[in-house]
Amino acid sequence: MDKEQLLQNPEHACNAKELAVLAAEFRMEVWDVLHQRGTGHWGGASSCLEMVTSLYFNRLHIDPDNPKWEDRDRFILSKGHASCALYTVLALRGFFSPELLPTFRTLGSPLQGHPCMNKVSGVDMSTGALGHGLSVGLGIALAARLSGKSYWTYVMTGEGCLNEGQSWEALMCAAKYKPEHFVLMVDYNKVQLDGTEEQIMPLEPLKEKLRSFGWNVAPKAYDGNETQDVLDSFAWMDTEGAWPKAVIYDTVKGKGVSFTEGKNAWHGAKIDDDSFAKGMPELRSDLAKKEASL
Amino acid sequence: MREAFGNELVRLGESHPELVVLDADVSSSTKSKMFGQKYPSRFFNVGVAEGNLADVANGLATCGYHPVANAFAIFLSLKSTDQIRNVSCYNNLPVVFAGAYGGLSDSFDGASHQAIEDIAIMRALPGMQVIVPSDARQAELALDYALLQKGPVYIRLNRNAVPDLGEPKDFASGEAILLREGKDVTIAANGITASYALEAADLLKKEGVDAEVFSVPFVKPLRFGVLGKSVRKTGRLLTVEEHVWEGGFGEAIAGECLLDGTGPRFDAIALHSFTETGPYDALLEKYGINAGNIASHAKALCKKG
Repeated sequence: MDKEQLLQNPEHACNAKELAVLAAEFRMEVWDVLHQRGTGHWGGASSCLEMVTSLYFNRLHIDPDNPKWEDRDRFILSKGHASCALYTVLALRGFFSPELLPTFRTLGSPLQGHPCMNKVSGVDMSTGALGHGLSVGLGIALAARLSGKSYWTYVMTGEGCLNEGQSWEALMCAAKYKPEHFVLMVDYNKVQLDGTEEQIMPLEPLKEKLRSFGWNVAPKAYDGNETQDVLDSFAWMDTEGAWPKAVIYDTVKGKGVSFTEGKNAWHGAKIDDDSFAKGMPELRSDLAKKEASL
Repeated sequence: MREAFGNELVRLGESHPELVVLDADVSSSTKSKMFGQKYPSRFFNVGVAEGNLADVANGLATCGYHPVANAFAIFLSLKSTDQIRNVSCYNNLPVVFAGAYGGLSDSFDGASHQAIEDIAIMRALPGMQVIVPSDARQAELALDYALLQKGPVYIRLNRNAVPDLGEPKDFASGEAILLREGKDVTIAANGITASYALEAADLLKKEGVDAEVFSVPFVKPLRFGVLGKSVRKTGRLLTVEEHVWEGGFGEAIAGECLLDGTGPRFDAIALHSFTETGPYDALLEKYGINAGNIASHAKALCKKG
């Protein structure tokens, strides 16, 4: 399918190339909305776009017409500051009108600065304060076990969430209960708000840490900005193996706009007119390349 | 009181399949262990990790379960505040937070284990209801009430056996519960201070002061109907609580009086500092929560005119 067909058929389970086109399109939308509003978090929103897009357009069992469907898969964006990425994906997946997107962070809009489950269709958990996602996700996964349901629960964290002590409480606890279909996805862009992860709070050796906490960690660090790699990670999740499972994705903060990539200053900086004008051609060209490869 | 609460959890487990119970490695103390023994698959002991405790409960609550999360009141209110505020309250999730060993009741463990700010913290959270039972029966009724709510409820429990005050007429109304009629001064007692207020009324009677005594378990929402009527009758109000003044029960009642325009002569018995290790009764005595001190404050209110 070409881009227009993909957007008109959100139910279609996309392949890697199609997912790459959608993610590139969504990245332009996020860049545009954040520029219009002059507030929001570009760096972390951009770094997770291929993963969130791949979840919603390839993986999750969901029904936008029945967003509270009891048997749906759940996705918790524990790094809630990447809200604009989630909103964009949810809107284009059919949960609400894309016309709402430019109201992001305006007074009266359901699109709060950080996601609110009671205001936005498709948001499974309100997040913003870092470190909640794994614990809440564990509760949801335990509920699946209790009620005999087979839905999956995915929690996406960044480094910030893993700085929080609560995440490690939850990691220990999940290893105790070992709920099926419970997955941690780490958007590991290695840049925090104040500086690099290494400067602020080194997490390495992260894979070994998660393993030592009793998690089944994917042996490969997947490239979270390459949709084929993300699909490969999904295939790994489906292989036989102990629960809970964790995947560490190498990503780039501020992905797609060269002067923002890997820069902590772009965690939450305002996208001014000059930056917007300079960045947009790069995003357009990336989209064009990906469309051409369809 | 804790035995009554633990037994009520077990009893309700039968009729409420959505009831799940969590504890933070104090289930022998909170008595939630009894539920765990009867319903092992619906019981989660998550270890000494109160933040995780609250959010695992929150996650369960998004899927149709009604969790009761148990921990010591001080740690629930201080170590799970973010989780209770940002997840339970913000999303209006049906979770019951049972704060065990409330007030000074973990007396020998000392100030580090005594919850004297929990009500202020929980009261401040939008959407949270706060109940402080005065006896074992009220603890059972508080749990029954909480499990009917669609949002979060905090119940502060006491570690110790406390005198029974009888069956309240309509606990779920949230109104103050009349324990003794009088005409000279109204004593509004929160939690286990109610039995001391009753003792104080006996002392006052001997001195010719006729005190009207209420147990007031609901701190939020604060229903001022029955209590307001009494205050308008006596013109004098004394509040008693096992909590600091700041943000506590007395301050809430004082605010209600101002909003209501009742304007009684007012005094409050509350804590004003950290306390210390000691036998519970002696500790309460030392920090002013005793019949003599309540009587003396009530009498002083009456003397003022």
